[in-house]
Amino acid sequence: MRRRHVLGAGLAIAVAGMAGSAMAQSEIKIGEINSYSLLPAFTEPYRKGWQLAVEEVNAAGGINGKKLVVISKDDGGKPADAQTAANELVSSENVAMLAGTFLSNIGLAVSDFANQKKVFFLAAEPLTDAITWSKGNRYTFRLRPSNYMQAAMLVEEAAKLPAKRWATIAPNYEYGQSAVAVFKKLMSEKRPDIQWVDEQWPPQGKIDAGPVVQAVAAANPEAILNVTFGADLVKLVREGNTRGLFKGRSVVSFLTGEPEYLDPLKDETPEGWIVTGYPWYDIKTPDHDKFLKAYQAKYNDYPRLGSIVGYQTIKAAAAILAKANSTDPEKLIAATEGLSMPSPFGEITFRKIDHQSTLGAYVGKTALKDGKGVMVNSVYRKGADYLPSDAEVEKLRPK
Amino acid sequence: MAFYFVQFLTGLASAASLFLVASGLSIIFGVTRIVNFAHGAFYMLGAYMAFTLTERFSGALGFWGGIVAAALVVAAIGVLVEMVLLRRIYHAPELFQLLATFGLTLMVQDIVVLIWGPDDLLGRRAPSFRGAVDFFGQNIPSYDLFLIALSPVVLGVLWLLFQRTRWGVLVRAATQDRDMVAALGVNQKWLFTSVFALGVFLAALGGALQIPRDAVHHALDLRIIVEVFVVVVIGGLGSIIGAFVAAVLVSELNAFGILIFPKISIILVFLVMAVVLIVRPWGLFGKPEAAARRTPGLTVNPWRPLTSGERLMSLGALVLAAMLPLFAGNYALTVGSEIAIYVIFAASLHFLMSVGGLASFGHAAYFGLGAYGVAFLAKAAGLPMIVSLLLGPLLGLLGAAVFGFFAVQLSGVYFAMLTLAFAQIVWSIAFQWVTVTGGDNGILGVWPDKWASSPASFYWLSLAVAALAVAVLRVIVFSPFGFALRATRDSPLRSEAIGINGKRVQWTAFVISGTVAGIGGALFAYLKGSVFPDSLGISLSVDALVMVLLGGVETVSGAIIGAIVFKAANIWLVSQTDLSKLVLGGFIVLMVVAFPKGIVGTLETIRNRWRSPEKKSALAMSRIETAE
Repeated sequence: MRRRHVLGAGLAIAVAGMAGSAMAQSEIKIGEINSYSLLPAFTEPYRKGWQLAVEEVNAAGGINGKKLVVISKDDGGKPADAQTAANELVSSENVAMLAGTFLSNIGLAVSDFANQKKVFFLAAEPLTDAITWSKGNRYTFRLRPSNYMQAAMLVEEAAKLPAKRWATIAPNYEYGQSAVAVFKKLMSEKRPDIQWVDEQWPPQGKIDAGPVVQAVAAANPEAILNVTFGADLVKLVREGNTRGLFKGRSVVSFLTGEPEYLDPLKDETPEGWIVTGYPWYDIKTPDHDKFLKAYQAKYNDYPRLGSIVGYQTIKAAAAILAKANSTDPEKLIAATEGLSMPSPFGEITFRKIDHQSTLGAYVGKTALKDGKGVMVNSVYRKGADYLPSDAEVEKLRPK
Repeated sequence: MAFYFVQFLTGLASAASLFLVASGLSIIFGVTRIVNFAHGAFYMLGAYMAFTLTERFSGALGFWGGIVAAALVVAAIGVLVEMVLLRRIYHAPELFQLLATFGLTLMVQDIVVLIWGPDDLLGRRAPSFRGAVDFFGQNIPSYDLFLIALSPVVLGVLWLLFQRTRWGVLVRAATQDRDMVAALGVNQKWLFTSVFALGVFLAALGGALQIPRDAVHHALDLRIIVEVFVVVVIGGLGSIIGAFVAAVLVSELNAFGILIFPKISIILVFLVMAVVLIVRPWGLFGKPEAAARRTPGLTVNPWRPLTSGERLMSLGALVLAAMLPLFAGNYALTVGSEIAIYVIFAASLHFLMSVGGLASFGHAAYFGLGAYGVAFLAKAAGLPMIVSLLLGPLLGLLGAAVFGFFAVQLSGVYFAMLTLAFAQIVWSIAFQWVTVTGGDNGILGVWPDKWASSPASFYWLSLAVAALAVAVLRVIVFSPFGFALRATRDSPLRSEAIGINGKRVQWTAFVISGTVAGIGGALFAYLKGSVFPDSLGISLSVDALVMVLLGGVETVSGAIIGAIVFKAANIWLVSQTDLSKLVLGGFIVLMVVAFPKGIVGTLETIRNRWRSPEKKSALAMSRIETAE
C-alpha cells in the first residue's frame, strides 16, 4: 500500500513538473528574498516598489515577449533561512536569477550561495562594502550606494564644518563599525586637524539612550557622527533633545533623511543635521515624476527609499534579462557589466570593475515643516563620483 | 562630579522600566513556576495599547488614564490567556508552559503588525514631563525623575500587598510550597489567575510607560524579554526586592561601563549573571530551591529499550528515509538534510534534558561552536571536509567541558540561565571578534568537498550521522552510565548514598550532549556553506527547546519527532506565507493543547492506556498508580 502511494506521489510530481516546464516557456521567473517578517517597516514599501515595476514591465510587453514573474520569499532575518529560500527558488522554482535582501549578512550569505551554485544575484539593499569588494564575486551585483559611497558623500559636507572635536555613535555590528571606520578615514584625510574624542557603540536595537547621550555630552564634542537608525534613532533623538545634546553641535547622520527613518521622528525631528536620504517631495525630474505619479496612483501612499530600491531592482533585472535574451548566468553577467539604464534618480550604470551600480543618494539637511521632518537643500550625488579609483578597487576585490 | 551624579540618575531611570517588567515576571514564576516567555509580548502590547489610547484621549487625564487603561486591558488579555490556555497545561512536564508562551509570542509579533501597521510609532510625551531639569549644567529629563520616583513606589505597593493582605500571604506561601498551599484547601486556580494578571499588568505598565521615551514597534518584546529574565535570575527568583536591586545593579553597571568600554552593553548583563550565579547559585536574594517532591521528569511508563519489532520498524523508517533521493528533487533533499541536522541537535539537548534532567537554555552555543570549529579548520587551515567534520565538533566538546563544569553545580532554572549566559558570551565573542570570526558577516565559503557536494550525497551523509547519533545516545541511556544519570536526576540524595558522583556524571552528560550538538553544527556549516553568529544565538537555543518539548520531554527519543515536525512546519510556512510567525505560533499553541505531554509522550500514553487492561500485570498497574 505504502509503496503504491509513494509511486503515485512520484508520478504526480513528475506530471506537475512537466506542466510547469510547459508554462515556463512563456514566462521568466525572478526569485526574490527579503526580511519581510523581521523588518516590515522597510520591506513593505520595498515590496510595493517592485510590484509596481513588475506591472510596468509586463504592461510594456514583458521581457522579449515573455511574461515576468517574481516569486518572493521571506528570510525571517536569518542568513541560514535566506539560503534555504535561495535554494528553493533555484532548485524548485528554476528562477533565472536571485534578487533582493536587506541586511548585510544575509546579502553576503546569498551572494556566497550564488557564487557556489553559479547563479546570478542582484543584491538590492545591503550596504556592506564587502559584498562588492573584499568578498565580491562574479555572480553578484549590487544596486544601492554602498557604505563607502554614503560616507564619502557625507564627508564632503562634514569637512566644510569648522568643528574639530568629533564623537561617534554607531550600532555595534558590522554596518556601524565599517561606517564609522570609512568616515573616520576619509575625514582624517581631508581634515588632518580633527580629533576623535569619544565613540559609543550601543547594541543594535537595544540602545540605552540616556547614558549614551550623557557619555557623549561629557566628552564635549563640537560635532557628532550618528549611524543609528530605526527605533534606536528615535530613542537617541528624544533623549538628545531633552538633554540638549544637539544644541550648538553639528550632527552628520547616515540614512536619516530616508522617509523610513525620518517620518517616525515627527515633531521631534532635530533641525540642521547633515544626512543622506530621499526627499521625494522635492525631486523635480521627469524620471522621478513619472515614478511618483505611478506609485501614488497605485497605492495612494507616498514612496519611501525602499520603494525606489524595490522598483529599480526589478527594472534593472528586466533590463538585464532583456539585453542578455537568455537565462544563462554567464550571459547575464556579460549583459550586466557596463549596462546603463534609466532610474527614478537618473541614469545608472553597473560597473564592470566591481559590479556596483552608480545609483546615488540625496544629501541635505533635516528641517521641521508642519510638525513633520523633511530634508531641505538636498542635492543629488551621483554614485560614480564617490567611489575610489579603479586601481584601489582592483586591490580590494579578490581575483 | 555633577556628571557622575547625573549618569547615576540616568542609570536609575533605566532600572525603573526594567524593574517593573522584571517584578511581574518574578511574581509569575515564583507562584506558578511558568517560565513566561510571553512576558515581553505583554510588555509590547502594553506599549501599543497605550499608544492608541493616548493618541485618542488628550490632556493629562487622557495620557495618564490611557497608560493605566492600557495596562488593565492587557492584564485582561493575560487573564484570558491564563484561563483558556495555561490552565490546561499546569500538570504538563516542567517547562512545557514555555512552549505555549513561546507560541503566543510568535503570534503577537505578527498580530501587532496586522493591527498597528509596520511603521515605527512615536508616542506622545508625558504632559508636564516634557523638559529637563538643570543640575549644575547637566540636564536630567523630568520624565526620568518621574520614573526614578515611581519604581520605589511600585516596590512599596507590592511589598504592602504581599505582607499585609491575605492574598499576599497566600502568594508567598505558594511561592515557598505550592503543594502545601493546595493541601490546605486554597483554590489554586484563582490564585494563579490573579497572580498572572498582576504580573501581566506590571509588564504592560512597564511597556506603556516607555512610550514617551521610545518608539513603539514589533520587535520590542525580544528586546526586553531576555534582559528581564536575567534581571530576575540575578535578583533571585520570586524575590521582588532582588529584582529591584538587580535592575539597579545592571543599569548602573551599564551606565558607567560604557564610559570605559563603549562596547560593553552588548554582553554586560550576561557577564554579571554568570558571575553572580557562580558565586551565589540562587541569585542575590533567592533561596535554595526546596527539594522537589514530585520527581522531575518522572515517567508514568518506565523507560525500556525498543523491542525487536520496534527496532525493525525504526530501521524500516530509516530505509524509507534513505530512499528519498530516488524521487525527491534537490530542494527537498536539502531540506531533508537540514531536518536531519536538527534531529541531531534536538536529540543532543533532549539527552541532557530528559535523561539528565538539566534543561539548557543555551544549547546553541555548542552547535555553533561545532560550526565555527569546522569553518576555522576548513577556511583557515584548509583541511579537507572529512577531517574538519571529525575535528570541528571538538570545539563544541571543549566549550561544553568548560561551561558544563560550572553549570552542573546549579540546577533547575538557575542551571538554564547560566547556560544561557555562557551561550551569550560565546555569541558576543563571535559577534565582536571581527578579525577572527568575521563578526556578524560570518565566515563564507565553507562548501563541502566534491564527494558530498550533491544534495543526495549530503542528505545521505546527514541522515547517516543523525541515525548514528540517535542510536549512540539511546545506547548511552540504557547503559550503566545512563542509569546513573537517571538516578542523579530522580533523587540526588539517594544516588549519592549509593556512591554515584552526581556532579561528575552530569558533567559527563553535558560534555556528551555538547559534543553531539557540535557534530550537528559541523554538518550545518557545510550544508549552508557559511557560519554566522546566528548559529550561537538565543533563537536557535529556543528552537531546540521547542523541538524537545514538542516531541515530549518524558520520552526516550521524542525529540526526533519534535525536530521533524517543527522544522518541516517552519520551513514550509516561511516559504508559503509572510505570516509564518502567526501560523506557526498558532500551530504550537494547538499542539500544546492537543498533546500536553508532547507529541510522542501523548501518543505513548494513549497506546499504554489501550494496552494496559489486557497485557500489563497487576504489578505494573500498581506502579503506574503510585507514580501518578
